[in-house]
Amino acid sequence: MSIEIRGLTHTYNPGTPLARTAIKDINLTIEDGETLAIIGHTGSGKSTLVQHLNGLLKPTSGTIKVDGVDINQKGVDLRSIRWKVGLVFQYPEHQLFEETVWDDVAFGPRNMGLSDEEVRSRVERALAAVDIDMALAERSPFELSGGEKRRVAIAGVLAMEPSVLVLDEPTAGLDPRGRQDMLGQIQRLQAERHLTVVFVSHNMAEVATLADRLVVMERGEIVMEGPPKTIFAQGDKLGAIGLGVPEMTALMAKLREKGWDVPDSVLTVEEAEEAIMAVLRREARVGTGGDL
Amino acid sequence: MMGNKESFIVVDKVSFSYTGEPGAKEETALDQVSLTIEAGEFVAIVGHNGSGKSTLAKHLNGLLLPTGGDVWVAGMNTKDEHHRWDIRQIVGMVFQNPDNQIVAATVEEDVAFGPENLGLPTELIRSRVDEALAVVGMSEYAEAPPHSLSGGQKQRVAIAGVIAMRPRCLVLDEPTAMLDPVGRREVMETISRLNEEEGITVVLITHFMDEAVKAHRVLVMDEGRIVREGQPAAVFQEIDLLRELRLDVPPVIELASRLRAKSLALPEAILTVDEMVTALCQLRSGV
Amino acid sequence: MVPVATFRHITIGQYIPGESLLHRLDPRTKILVTLLLVVGLFFIDTYLGYGLAALYIALAIFRSGIPPRFLFRGLRPVIIIILLTFMLNSFMTEGEILWQWGFLTLTKEGLSKGGMLAIRLILLIVGTSILTLTTSPLALTDGLESLLRPGKRIGIPAHELAMMMTIALRFIPTLLEETEKIMKAQMARGADFESGNLLQRARSLLPLLVPLFVSAFRRADELAVAMEARCYRGGEGRTKLKQLAFHTADFLVLAGSGCFVLWLALTM
Repeated sequence: MSIEIRGLTHTYNPGTPLARTAIKDINLTIEDGETLAIIGHTGSGKSTLVQHLNGLLKPTSGTIKVDGVDINQKGVDLRSIRWKVGLVFQYPEHQLFEETVWDDVAFGPRNMGLSDEEVRSRVERALAAVDIDMALAERSPFELSGGEKRRVAIAGVLAMEPSVLVLDEPTAGLDPRGRQDMLGQIQRLQAERHLTVVFVSHNMAEVATLADRLVVMERGEIVMEGPPKTIFAQGDKLGAIGLGVPEMTALMAKLREKGWDVPDSVLTVEEAEEAIMAVLRREARVGTGGDL
Repeated sequence: MMGNKESFIVVDKVSFSYTGEPGAKEETALDQVSLTIEAGEFVAIVGHNGSGKSTLAKHLNGLLLPTGGDVWVAGMNTKDEHHRWDIRQIVGMVFQNPDNQIVAATVEEDVAFGPENLGLPTELIRSRVDEALAVVGMSEYAEAPPHSLSGGQKQRVAIAGVIAMRPRCLVLDEPTAMLDPVGRREVMETISRLNEEEGITVVLITHFMDEAVKAHRVLVMDEGRIVREGQPAAVFQEIDLLRELRLDVPPVIELASRLRAKSLALPEAILTVDEMVTALCQLRSGV
Repeated sequence: MVPVATFRHITIGQYIPGESLLHRLDPRTKILVTLLLVVGLFFIDTYLGYGLAALYIALAIFRSGIPPRFLFRGLRPVIIIILLTFMLNSFMTEGEILWQWGFLTLTKEGLSKGGMLAIRLILLIVGTSILTLTTSPLALTDGLESLLRPGKRIGIPAHELAMMMTIALRFIPTLLEETEKIMKAQMARGADFESGNLLQRARSLLPLLVPLFVSAFRRADELAVAMEARCYRGGEGRTKLKQLAFHTADFLVLAGSGCFVLWLALTM
C-alpha cells in the first residue's frame, strides 16, 4: 500500500502566540513494500510527520492519500485507516495497560470488532512475530523485561495486521542486545509480511543497514531524499545540519582527504575492508590472495 | 576514621541480592565484585541490562548497601551511617531519565536543591549555582522551566545539580540512553571536560561503546560479575568476548581486526576513526 | 478536534516569567492578597461590587504584562461549569417569572443570581490565575511554606507540604504531555475516547489511566532515589537559594489591596 503526501503543512496552536509550524510543504510518496527511514534532529518535524500518516494529526493544509484515499476527507473512517497504517510510538512499552500480555495485544483487534477466533489467531501470530513465547501470554505485561515489554507493545500494533508499519525510534533506550533483536525483527517482518515500513531513527548505522530510502528532515522540511549510499556520500551536507554519517563512511571520507582512492558509498565494515584492501592491492603492498 | 584504604573508592568483594516479594527467589545482582577507582580516573562500565551495572553504581554512594563485602569512599565505609551524607556529597549521581531527577520548576532552583540540602548559606548557594551552570554551559537557561528544555539540556542541568555540591566523583548511570545524537554529544563533552579540567573522577555506565572508548579504563559486566577490566584498547580487542556477550563491537575495531587478519601490520591501539586513518596512511607510505 | 488538544489550554499552575511589578512582589504578598480576594468575592453581592472587583483584577492583569487573551483562554476548560452554574441558578430560583416552558421557569431573580455567580466564578479563576502566572511555582511554595511555618507547632508539616507542591507543579506539564502521548498511542490502536455512553466512556479511560499511573509511580520512585542521592533528608537544616523579603512595594500593595477588598466585601 502506498502513501502519498502532498503539500503537507502542520501548525500547532494556530492563531495563538504559541503558534509553531512544525512541518511545511512536505511532498513525499511512500512506495508499497519499501523500508523508508526518516532522520533529523529532535524538533525537525519527524514525529509530527508520522502522526499524519494515520490521521492522528490533521494537516493545516495539504493532503495525505493512503491507497489513493484522501484520509482527511469527510466520510472517511479514520479508525479503518489506523488498522491499515499501524503506528508504534516512541517507548511504546509505556502504553501497556491490560492485566495480561494476551489482552493487551488483543486490544487493537477487539476494537476492530473481529470475531473471538480471529482475535485469537491474530494475537498468536503477532506474538510469534516478535518472538514472545506463548507461555508469557498469561503473564502481566508489567512483569516482563524492558525489551520484552517493547516487543509486546509492537505486537499490539502488528495484531491489527496493518499493511504499513510506522515506528518512531524503535530502538531508543534499548541495550545492544535488545537493539540487535529489534532490528532483526523489523527486517524479518518486512520480508515475511511484505510490509511497508517507515521508521524514525537517530542511529545512522541502523539506518544504513535497514532502509531502502532515506528522508532527511531539517526545520520542518525535507532537505534530502534518496538511497542510503547516495545520502551518506554527501557527508558535508549532512554535517552542515549537524547529522553524522556511519562511522565507516566517515572513515572513507577522511581517507579520501589523504589521497586514498576509495569510494564514497561505503557503509559497512565489510565494504570498508574491501575498499582499503583494493587500494593496497593496487599498490602491491600486499599480495592479491589476501591471507598470506 | 578508617585510613586503611588507600584508594579513593574501594569496592571489596561486594555481593548484593534484591529480595523481591516474600516467597520469590532472591536475585543476585552482584556477586563478589571487587574494584578500586583512583581519584581523577575516568572509568566506563559496560554490560547488558541486568548485568549489575546500575546496582554497582548505586553502591558507590551508599544508595544501596552491600549484603556482603564493603564499599569504601575516601576511607569511609558506606555502611557507616555517620558518613552517609558526606559520602553522597563526595560521590554525586546522575541518572538515565533526565525528567525524573529534576525536582524544581526552574533550572536554577533545581541546581540549588543539593546545596540547599547541605544547608549552605544563601550567598554561597548563589555562587555555586552560577558556577555549576557555567560549567555545563546552561547559564542562559537559569530561569527556564525544565520541561521546555531538550533532553541533552535537561541532562546537563542534572549534572550541574550534582556539580553544585562540589563532589569529587560523578557516577553517571546511562546518562545518554534517552538522548538524541546532539544531546549525547553535549553530555559527553561536558563529562570529558569535568574529568579533564576540573579533575573530577568519572564513573560512566553506558551501552554505547563509542562512549566507553573515551575512558581510561573499561569494565565489562555480566551476570553480576566483572568479566573484563582494562584499557579500552585492550578490552575492545576481544571481539569474540564482545560478540559472545552480544555487546556492540565498535566498527573501527572490527575493521582493524579484519585487516589484521589480512596480514596488515596495524598497531593494537586503534579505537577511533582518526587513529585508523593515521595508521593506514603510515602503512601505505611504508613507514 | 481531538480531545487531547484541550490539555494545552490549561493555564492553572503555569508560570510565565517576567519582570513586572507583580512578578517582583514577594510571593507571600500575592498569596495573601489572592486569599483576601477569594474570600472577599464571596461577600460581594452587588453588580457594582463585582464591577469594581473586575476593575481591580483588570488593573492587576495590566500591571502583570501577561497578555489578557492568554489569561482568558484558561477559562475555556471550565466554561461548561460556569454556564451550568448560570443556567441552574437562572431556572431554579423563585421570583418574578420572565419566561416559562413546561417545568422550566426563568426568573428575574434567578437571572441576576446566576449572572452574579458566573461572574464570581470567572473572577475567582482569573484572579487566582494571576497569582500562578506571575509567581514561579517554587516561589509560590516558598511563600506558602513561610506562611505556614508558624503552624508547625500545631502539627502543620509546612516543609513537606511545600515539597509536595513543588514536585506536583514540576511534574504537571510532564504528565500532561505524557497523557497526550498515551492517548494518541491508544487511538492508533483504535481506542475511542469520544463516543459511547457514560459507562463506555469511563471504561475507555482505562487504557489511558493505567499507563499514566504506572508511569507516575515509576517517576516517583526514580525521583525519590535522585533526591536522596542529592542529600535530601527533609526540611531540617535546609537553606534557601532565594530568601523571601518584604519590600516597600509589598507593604503598599498589601495595605492598599487589603483596604480595598475589605471595603468591597463589607459595603458592596
